[in-house]
Amino acid sequence: MPLDTHFTNQVFKSVGTRPLRPDGIDKVTGRARYGADYNAPGQLIALVLRSPHAHARIKKIDTSKAEKLAGVKAIITSADLPDLTGDDRGMKDTLENCMARDKVLYDGHAVAAVAAIDATTARKALKLIKVDYEVLPHVTDLDEALKPDAPVIHSHIFTSGVTPKPTKPSNNNRRSEYGHGNVEEGFKQADVIVERTFKTEQTHQGYIEPHACVANVSPDGQGELWVCTQGHFVYRNQCAMLLGMDVSKLRVTASEIGGGFGGKTHIWTEPLALALSRKANRPVKLTMTREEVFRASGPTSSTSIDVRIGAKKDGAITAAHAVLRYQGGAFPATWADFGAQTSFACYDLKNVKSEAIEVIVNRPKVAAYRAPSAPMAAFAVESVVDELARKIGMDVVDFRIKNAAKQGTQSSYGPVYGPIGIGPTLEAAKNHPHMKAPLGKNQGRGMACGFWFNFGGQTCVDMNVTPDGSVTVAVGTIDVGGSRASIGLMAAEELGVPFDQVRVVIADTSSLGHNDMTDGSRGTFSTGMATIAAARNAIKVLCERAAKMWDIPEDAVVWENGTAKPAGANAGSFPPLTMREIAEGAGNTGGPIAGHNEMVADGAGVSFATHICDIEVDPETGASKVKRYTVIQDAGKAIHPSYVEGQYQGGAAQGIGWALNEEYIYGKDGRLQNAGFLDYRIPVCSDLPFIDTVILEIPNPNHPYGVRGVGETSIVPPLAAVANAVSNATGVRMTHVPMSPPRILKAISAHKG
Amino acid sequence: MSGVHVSTTINGDPVEFVCNADEPLLDVLRDRLGLTGAKEGCGTGDCGACSVTVNGRLVCSCLVLGAEVGGAAIETIEGMATGDQLHPLQKNFISHAALQCGICTPGFLIAAKALLDKNPDPSEEEIRFGLAGNLCRCTGYDKIVRAVQATAKEMRGA
Repeated sequence: MPLDTHFTNQVFKSVGTRPLRPDGIDKVTGRARYGADYNAPGQLIALVLRSPHAHARIKKIDTSKAEKLAGVKAIITSADLPDLTGDDRGMKDTLENCMARDKVLYDGHAVAAVAAIDATTARKALKLIKVDYEVLPHVTDLDEALKPDAPVIHSHIFTSGVTPKPTKPSNNNRRSEYGHGNVEEGFKQADVIVERTFKTEQTHQGYIEPHACVANVSPDGQGELWVCTQGHFVYRNQCAMLLGMDVSKLRVTASEIGGGFGGKTHIWTEPLALALSRKANRPVKLTMTREEVFRASGPTSSTSIDVRIGAKKDGAITAAHAVLRYQGGAFPATWADFGAQTSFACYDLKNVKSEAIEVIVNRPKVAAYRAPSAPMAAFAVESVVDELARKIGMDVVDFRIKNAAKQGTQSSYGPVYGPIGIGPTLEAAKNHPHMKAPLGKNQGRGMACGFWFNFGGQTCVDMNVTPDGSVTVAVGTIDVGGSRASIGLMAAEELGVPFDQVRVVIADTSSLGHNDMTDGSRGTFSTGMATIAAARNAIKVLCERAAKMWDIPEDAVVWENGTAKPAGANAGSFPPLTMREIAEGAGNTGGPIAGHNEMVADGAGVSFATHICDIEVDPETGASKVKRYTVIQDAGKAIHPSYVEGQYQGGAAQGIGWALNEEYIYGKDGRLQNAGFLDYRIPVCSDLPFIDTVILEIPNPNHPYGVRGVGETSIVPPLAAVANAVSNATGVRMTHVPMSPPRILKAISAHKG
Repeated sequence: MSGVHVSTTINGDPVEFVCNADEPLLDVLRDRLGLTGAKEGCGTGDCGACSVTVNGRLVCSCLVLGAEVGGAAIETIEGMATGDQLHPLQKNFISHAALQCGICTPGFLIAAKALLDKNPDPSEEEIRFGLAGNLCRCTGYDKIVRAVQATAKEMRGA
């Protein structure tokens, strides 16, 4: 039965409450098993040999000495991973990223891997592998990479999206453009124009759990993989392709996941562990060190962005134009595209153009990071919006309210909006006590808006009514922040049973149909929608069984408050049947009772947020400290409000770290100089204040409960909100994040002249 | 490498193990004793996910050698609850939603307990600095600080 996905304004019993999360005790007692917490009998330990060069040709790899070391059971290089990707260029790049083939493309790129009886032996073996490199010129800065004399990293890349096709390869793999109207005409109508160029440095998701897996492949072609991942089905599909296995024969189990934020949506070492296991015919455990995570997983892009916005004196924006350059690391990517699409999405604009320029550099292959690409675009746009409002002499919130997108607005990236939350979040900001609180010496206040699309995607859920009438829900999206609780709440709501009568489990890839990655803020949205549909299907079966038990027609039974009741002519003729009573008799009425659903969860509602930040800057040292922070965001419907608040707070904290501290620092030699948490400093407890949250609920019309994804949008405004606050505290417009103390000092002294 | 024989006490139980001379206590706990509650987030003492106490002192177990803990009293997350009774910190971390992914949670609980053992009535600032050696990437620390505040209040009987 297809689900009617339209929002109905129902009164909730379970949804919106705050029960204890069902995996809580496991996680406070150390019992929960994460990627590195699993061991297989007879397992080997694997380590990866990585390139010390940013760009080099591999002339020869000699593994002969390492192979002879006692305790070494398998060694692989790219020769053990033949290219089976066919015409799939994206998967070919993934293969090449997992293990370098002809060239190493960044510091940390894998060149070989060893499986041995223990870590000590594996470490010794790595030292015995000799790689003969021909070092090539490299480029790690994206603006440098676009210069005509830059070393070209891939000879097969010719810029796409331009006509005529370029005659020479370059590090610009793609150009694209979004918008409508005529920006040049629009700028002619403007009374004031602000134009600036911004830079953001590369940051990492910084999940506390390094990547870890245990692979077990047998000579008969069957395999198992235990792994921390945001998408075990996608890992299965991709690993099977690279290893030449039947997808059905690789069973992947998702461990508990110690943070992902987009960084665990891509495979890196998993195919290596599988290949080693196949070669050694033993289980193989492979865990990245923190240094490897920084050097060789998938951080987000560094960027340089030009923004030009014009407005009339009354505050109406007449034109907006951005050119966004994003590096995707050593492989072609489309991250600037997301930046371009999101850049002006908060506003109702007649003339708007965003141009995306994708850049290849000698850095690790960029992966998604929470609302990928949107925070940098928002930093640039919201900084200019702020400056423009001030130049016109308008309040920064009123200026945004005047130009905010609304229902019916054609977005800058194409679609026409339904009901959206940008206006309401701005009104809430305007009326929030935070906006009126006094500021102290050297303090400044900034605010900014942010947008994220949210995604849906392929989703599959199995619901089983057990013989005692309690319910299990098997889902294929992983629980990284309380989604067992939110999905359990929706199942309980739909069935009309208490929350603790439902158990939600994450099924392995052999026990459930394909599910897309847990990304795009889709977990609670999509799996929730499939759970509602599965519950409705189960209720249909429950009603059929009750009808059988009463010997009345099926359509004469209704489901109310977790019980089947006779309706119509039979109303009141039998006492209601509980789930338990129906389930206990299932053996006599047709067998086990279940509800299933498979869908492509369309209609993810777009999400908007407005953040307010107070900061204090020490003019002597350039050090800054966030004194107060408020997040206002539209959730559509908050299923478990505590974990919605948690998403708002966590995204804000990550954004604050990005704004003030975090950056990849590459030396002239092309090597990453700060591959550890000491020198890549993420915010600690004493860096932050309490983070206030305001949850707005503007229902998503395409979800039965009105749910929108909530996970990502919270990282979009902070770079700009913090930058606007620092700019206001110092009187100098900040155009380069992170705004580390030396950078702030430099900006202040340059301004003083 | 010849092994070092160590007799120690973990969560009140006598424990013996043999480890390499250069083997961190964290690896001993996780790989030899099956106590995987302490996590390796960095291996360099920067993240606190491997926090345990040795003779009452809060340490990163990745920076302590297994060979060093002979005769010591070690407390890990596995020993925090008493039978089926959770420690008030554990209860409050759940009820305040002070964990999202949960990988840092054991370290935070150990560090928070060490803090409250020394200072039963910490200010917000003392809590924030007391927990500054533990990284959490999910929560922004807001609900963690609130859970510790609530626990301190509860344990003082206030």
